[in-house]
Amino acid sequence: MANAATYRICPDTGLQFHKSAETLMKVNAVAAVLCLLAGGILALVVTLTRWPAVHLLPADMFYLALTAHGIDMLIFWIIFFEMAILYFCSSTLLRCRLATPRMAWLGFALMVIGAITTNTAVFQGGSSVMMTSYAPMPAAPHFYLGLILFAVGALIGCFIFLGTLVVARAEKTYEGSIPLVTFGALTACIIAIFTIASGAIILIPTFLWSIGYIHQIDALMYKTIWWAFGHSSQQINVAAHVAVWYAIAAIVFGAKPMSEKVSRGAFLLYIFFLQLASAHHVLTDPGISSEWKIFNTSYAMYLAVLASMVHGLTVPGSIEVAQREKGFNRGLFEWIRKAPWGNPVFSGMFISLIGFGFLGGISGVMMGTEQLNLIIHNTVYVPGHFHATVVVGTTLAFMSLTYFLIPTLFRREMIMPGLAKWQPYLFGIGMSLFAVFMMGAGTLGVARRHWDMAFTGAAMPYEYPGTAYLMMGLMALAGLAAIVGGGIYLLITVGSLLWGRKLDAKDSYGTKVVPHRLPMVAAAIQGHGGIGLAGFAAPGTFVFAMVFLVSFVLYYFVNWKYLSQIWLLG
Amino acid sequence: MSSILPPSTRVWWNQPLDRVEGTWIAIALIWCLAMFFMMPYWHIFGKQNLSNEAYRVTAEAYGKKTQEMVDKFTVRTETELKVPVVRPPAGGDVYLIARMWQWWPILELEKGQAYRLHLSSMDYMHSFSLQPENLNIQVVPGYEGVYTITPTRAGKYSVVCNEFCGIGHHTMVSNLYVVEKGQGRTGDDGAKDKVERKNERGEK
Repeated sequence: MANAATYRICPDTGLQFHKSAETLMKVNAVAAVLCLLAGGILALVVTLTRWPAVHLLPADMFYLALTAHGIDMLIFWIIFFEMAILYFCSSTLLRCRLATPRMAWLGFALMVIGAITTNTAVFQGGSSVMMTSYAPMPAAPHFYLGLILFAVGALIGCFIFLGTLVVARAEKTYEGSIPLVTFGALTACIIAIFTIASGAIILIPTFLWSIGYIHQIDALMYKTIWWAFGHSSQQINVAAHVAVWYAIAAIVFGAKPMSEKVSRGAFLLYIFFLQLASAHHVLTDPGISSEWKIFNTSYAMYLAVLASMVHGLTVPGSIEVAQREKGFNRGLFEWIRKAPWGNPVFSGMFISLIGFGFLGGISGVMMGTEQLNLIIHNTVYVPGHFHATVVVGTTLAFMSLTYFLIPTLFRREMIMPGLAKWQPYLFGIGMSLFAVFMMGAGTLGVARRHWDMAFTGAAMPYEYPGTAYLMMGLMALAGLAAIVGGGIYLLITVGSLLWGRKLDAKDSYGTKVVPHRLPMVAAAIQGHGGIGLAGFAAPGTFVFAMVFLVSFVLYYFVNWKYLSQIWLLG
Repeated sequence: MSSILPPSTRVWWNQPLDRVEGTWIAIALIWCLAMFFMMPYWHIFGKQNLSNEAYRVTAEAYGKKTQEMVDKFTVRTETELKVPVVRPPAGGDVYLIARMWQWWPILELEKGQAYRLHLSSMDYMHSFSLQPENLNIQVVPGYEGVYTITPTRAGKYSVVCNEFCGIGHHTMVSNLYVVEKGQGRTGDDGAKDKVERKNERGEK
């Protein structure tokens, strides 16, 4: 197998692609984009239904579309893309062959079959149970079966990633430690294995229950374990998109980590604590003790939040240091003013970073606080939060990476570069506003996963304040802007693959491996001398971080103030 | 060299912390610990906490307990469906059933009085969402949660279901009344006196 492996070196980036891995990255990325397309169309009809002035779909179709939207976006689009990232971060970054490409094809096939099976179940109409499919509300057996097949396929992908790390080490294709970005992908992979195991623990019995082999599924047990799958799969995204941030900082600016130790330590904290977040979903549930809730919802005293706050500093910090070393060293912010804001690879990544931190991060920690969850639980604030994390954060980061992959991986020139320049702004800002208006409506009590905020047909309807209707209307407008942004992304990626100019016509694959070698003379370990202000290598980033902290503290305590004003509860 | 290459030295963990990083880690850690201790702090000093009292219960047993309360304390009915409005004694146990797609019965509580509110579901997951207070509690089939609740303002409230529970989810909304302590009843047909109400129930 090893002898048959062929490689090419990308002439622009110097990256080395193993042919089998390259094909697998391509098919996974294409499958991801197709899921994004399906999810995007569903997003449009869901948004138009929740816009009170339009109220497009009837109730049954709305719940069907919402179920499919959640599954296609949160699970299929993201995990297909993550498979491509795992193969890129192992085989490409470590300059080695991919372990067992045939097994990788098997994994891919299972994922495709699973995705089609579950979508079929949903579109047949008998499985409008939402992405979470809370027992005892039943879905069709093949709804669960599809998810199980998809998960098994993804698990195979994880083990191939780990196998490839072993191959790289054994065949000595690099020296020293794996790159930080690969370490981030390893973090994502480890969390993914935990996640998929949790999914198997709950989905397999639920499948057996749906075909009649098991008598009963306890509702609370289902919910608690399901979220060890459901929330942790979002934590795979966090680890993966933080790795993508570091990768883009390195690709665009040649940035290196401010210090390996801090960035890797932060990833390590993710591995230890991030998956405890399943607790966020049972904070107002009966039968689970406050002690359990407090320890787990805080990711063990917020050590995983600490990790995200560290990455939030060190990613832009590494860009700032790289820029200052290039000579943009004046004042606090010259480095960011002179950043390539017209390059969608960078602008998308930076909007993703800011949106994830300020909107997704702060709102997530707030509503993940045991008592504060009482004024947020199951309101439309919750999807507001996770559209900021998963869409502005993960999806936009993946979109930015795609703009880099089109020429390097697919060897095509990107079509419509002028439009691509604007895409991250339209998508990122549209989606951020969408999230903000959802959060606003949520604080006014508007329910999530709810067909009609006017309660048509109810015997005792509740009338939401006019502001809530206004918020939902603005949410829809912002959502439409984001959908247009997403459509442009799909147009550019699909269009580039189909019609983009081919970058090198002749096949230049060879069997030679060019390993990474450390410099012959070890560089002296040193700080970042000569740049920055007042002994701070990245003072501009530090100012951003302090603005973030002040916003965080204020918003956090404002919500305690809100909580203190509601009915007494003990 | 860069983040996508292996570290340029074999022993990278000796590189000293940058001052920016060190300072930020210290500040962030302090903030994280402060947020963590807010939760136990609020359990001791705050007045909005979910109790840990919960029982396993069957739908039949829970329905029976609720029916007993309804039989004893119904003051009137509302809507064409004749949903009973129940005014249990202050400080007592109050039962609310969640089922597709109805909250049952309607509760009438006194302002400033503590009640032991029981919540359980007869079928699927539901969620108790008190509006416009925006107080939200998950309601789980097979489990009976007991929460001591004290209304702080009088008026007409709504209980919305905000956990997806099927096609009629959006019709699952009910009233809840809070009246001033010792005051008469409120609501659509709250003017009927006790005798009338007894007759009404006797007729059914």
